[in-house]
Amino acid sequence: MGTADQPETAATSFWNDTGRSGITSWIFSTDHKRIGFLYFYTVLGFFLIAVSLGVLLRIELMAPGRTIMGPQTYNAMFTVHGVVMIFLFIIPGFPGAFGNLIMPIQIGAQDVAFPRLNLFSWWLYITGAAIIITSLFTGGGPPDTGWTFYVPFSERTTTNVSLAVFGVFVVGFSSILTGVNFVTTIHRLRAPGMTWGRLPLFVWSIYATAWVQILATPILGITLALIIAERLLGAGLFDPARGGDPLMYQHLFWIYSHPAVYIMILPGMGVISDVIPVFSRKPIFGYKMIAFSSLAIAGAGSLVWGHHMFTSGMSDTAILVFSFLTFVVAIPSAIKVFNWVSTMYRGSISLEAPMLFALSFLILFSIGGLTGLILGAAATDIHVHDTQFVVGHFHYVIFGGAGFAFFSAMHYWLPKFYGRRYAEKPAIVAWALLFIGFNITYFSMMVLGMKGMPRRYYDYLPEFTALNLTSTIGSWIMVCGLMLMLVNLFRGLLKGEPIGSNPWGGATLEWSIPTPPPTENFVEEPIVTHGPYDFSRSGIP
Amino acid sequence: MTHAVHKDHAGAKLGMWLFLFSELLLFGGLFLLYATYLARYPHDFARAGKGMHLVFGTLNTAILITSSLTAAMAVTAIQRNDPRKVLYLLGGTILCAAIFLFNKYLEWSSEIGRGIYPNSPRLAAGPPGESVFFSLYYLTVGLHGLHVLVGASVLGVVAWRVKKGIIHAGDYALLENGSLYWHLVDIIWIFIFPLYYLLL
Repeated sequence: MGTADQPETAATSFWNDTGRSGITSWIFSTDHKRIGFLYFYTVLGFFLIAVSLGVLLRIELMAPGRTIMGPQTYNAMFTVHGVVMIFLFIIPGFPGAFGNLIMPIQIGAQDVAFPRLNLFSWWLYITGAAIIITSLFTGGGPPDTGWTFYVPFSERTTTNVSLAVFGVFVVGFSSILTGVNFVTTIHRLRAPGMTWGRLPLFVWSIYATAWVQILATPILGITLALIIAERLLGAGLFDPARGGDPLMYQHLFWIYSHPAVYIMILPGMGVISDVIPVFSRKPIFGYKMIAFSSLAIAGAGSLVWGHHMFTSGMSDTAILVFSFLTFVVAIPSAIKVFNWVSTMYRGSISLEAPMLFALSFLILFSIGGLTGLILGAAATDIHVHDTQFVVGHFHYVIFGGAGFAFFSAMHYWLPKFYGRRYAEKPAIVAWALLFIGFNITYFSMMVLGMKGMPRRYYDYLPEFTALNLTSTIGSWIMVCGLMLMLVNLFRGLLKGEPIGSNPWGGATLEWSIPTPPPTENFVEEPIVTHGPYDFSRSGIP
Repeated sequence: MTHAVHKDHAGAKLGMWLFLFSELLLFGGLFLLYATYLARYPHDFARAGKGMHLVFGTLNTAILITSSLTAAMAVTAIQRNDPRKVLYLLGGTILCAAIFLFNKYLEWSSEIGRGIYPNSPRLAAGPPGESVFFSLYYLTVGLHGLHVLVGASVLGVVAWRVKKGIIHAGDYALLENGSLYWHLVDIIWIFIFPLYYLLL
């Protein structure tokens, strides 16, 4: 397939064939592609806000003592950075944006199972986001507890924790409904011939993610509701003075929040599993194991939450068990990594932007995963617990993993919806800046943590200055890369070179329909006769 | 291809079941706390449990089970194409819900009158396990009461739609799902009742 097939954008597509126009044709649309874009642009907005906060945090830490903000502002800022990044960007980001845009097309459906519920999910998300934003400017000011809202501080601080937590509760409800919708969609709406063994791996990952969303998020809901009950009613369930146990808060919080890490990373793994075969010109290696490992990660990952609590005073037996289970989760993750590498072996690899982001995912996620084992082993965890090492590790997994996968997905799939593509060279320069800046920023943090610098500290000893400065400079390189990437991408999507229906030579269903897709996705219901990575049988050279 | 040509009843029901799982886990957090604190304060929990109004608890259990029966019968009635009967049965369920909440109001008033509520001076002076027991009791039953209210409202909407003829023998997924939700409300109570009123 060349770009010459359809030099012009298709005359009718989901952009214009609905018969309606204006803002209401978007915010009240039940088309999964329009809802996908609603999510995409809102999560992207929140991502940029949280990036700005992160950069400010790095500037503050550039030198010891006060640099640009006071300690209270610093506490509020790292809390809001975490809350926005996690609850408003990366958790809703993948399912909401790319899950909506891509998953129904990949299974050969016209839409999700419950289109109106889908729209309602977005509205809940926006409502929750608005509540969180309101909490920053009202009451006692932005919350300063860290995104984990640990008791007893979250019960006692005079900042606006109750409202912020309520906002997160509403966003969580939206996440549950998205999960319900996607599991039902994948069970009920697959096109004829789209057997479970022919599902694209992105769909498998969205499926596993949706189950985690359904089963884990309610625990977060009740935990957050309990914080509100503690603050407003004085229930005392986590207050030792009244018989409660603060440790139980940590358990409840991490029962959700550890699986939530897999809500963030699993769809990213799905993107990588779709991108690598296409840019290696080879069918995926170990399809069944990759699909199975997504479910294994979702299942085993629900049983490891205690590794966040090794220094909390939990029993030694519990530490042993949770440490063991944490190592068990490493197995399916490693299976995926080995399978991706084997897919590339002797492939005809083309290093275009989506592939470069996918490859950096492999490297960064591997570093993040292996440093995770340092934290998962109780003995080493005691040394680096609550240090910058944890911050570095977490960013390697979530930004280096999920974040880079998100960028890969943006370069891989967005041109399909706009009918135009970005310029390749600036995209590669942007990728290089992001990759270099990323490693400088977060590797310095891991070294700092090894040397003993705690996380969330406003001030530090003079011997940490050089590495902190290095990390901050890295963050500036990353910002340059990010800005270049976004400008190039969106300039290209709006004004770039037009593309045909299958610019990359993919064999999944989204590449078989016109570019941009029509509202109904498929002109007639597709009948699937081959697997998602069976390039030769789908007529792709 | 056009949108929404056929309605997928099995899909709608699957979605509802998935949602019910998430509701069970929402309460699961509270039951987890109950289990932990029961293990820590068995004697305080036993003493606190003896002070519960068994009569109200038993009465409300009977009322909720009856309401679930009428909700289930409403589904059978719509399958037999008898919307009048559906309305009576749903009315019965909603009436039961109202009686349940009224009983709850009487029960809570009496308890609050005796100085038993979260953060009360009386509980603060007593053993810590009792304070935890009653805090959990108020939160669990309160959350359940909220679900009773939501469930009854949903059934109210369903009844209105049955009356308008939008829900009929050929398309009653919403009635069935509303009824499923009501059974969830019922089944959570079936766990609350022994844990707080009977076992201790």
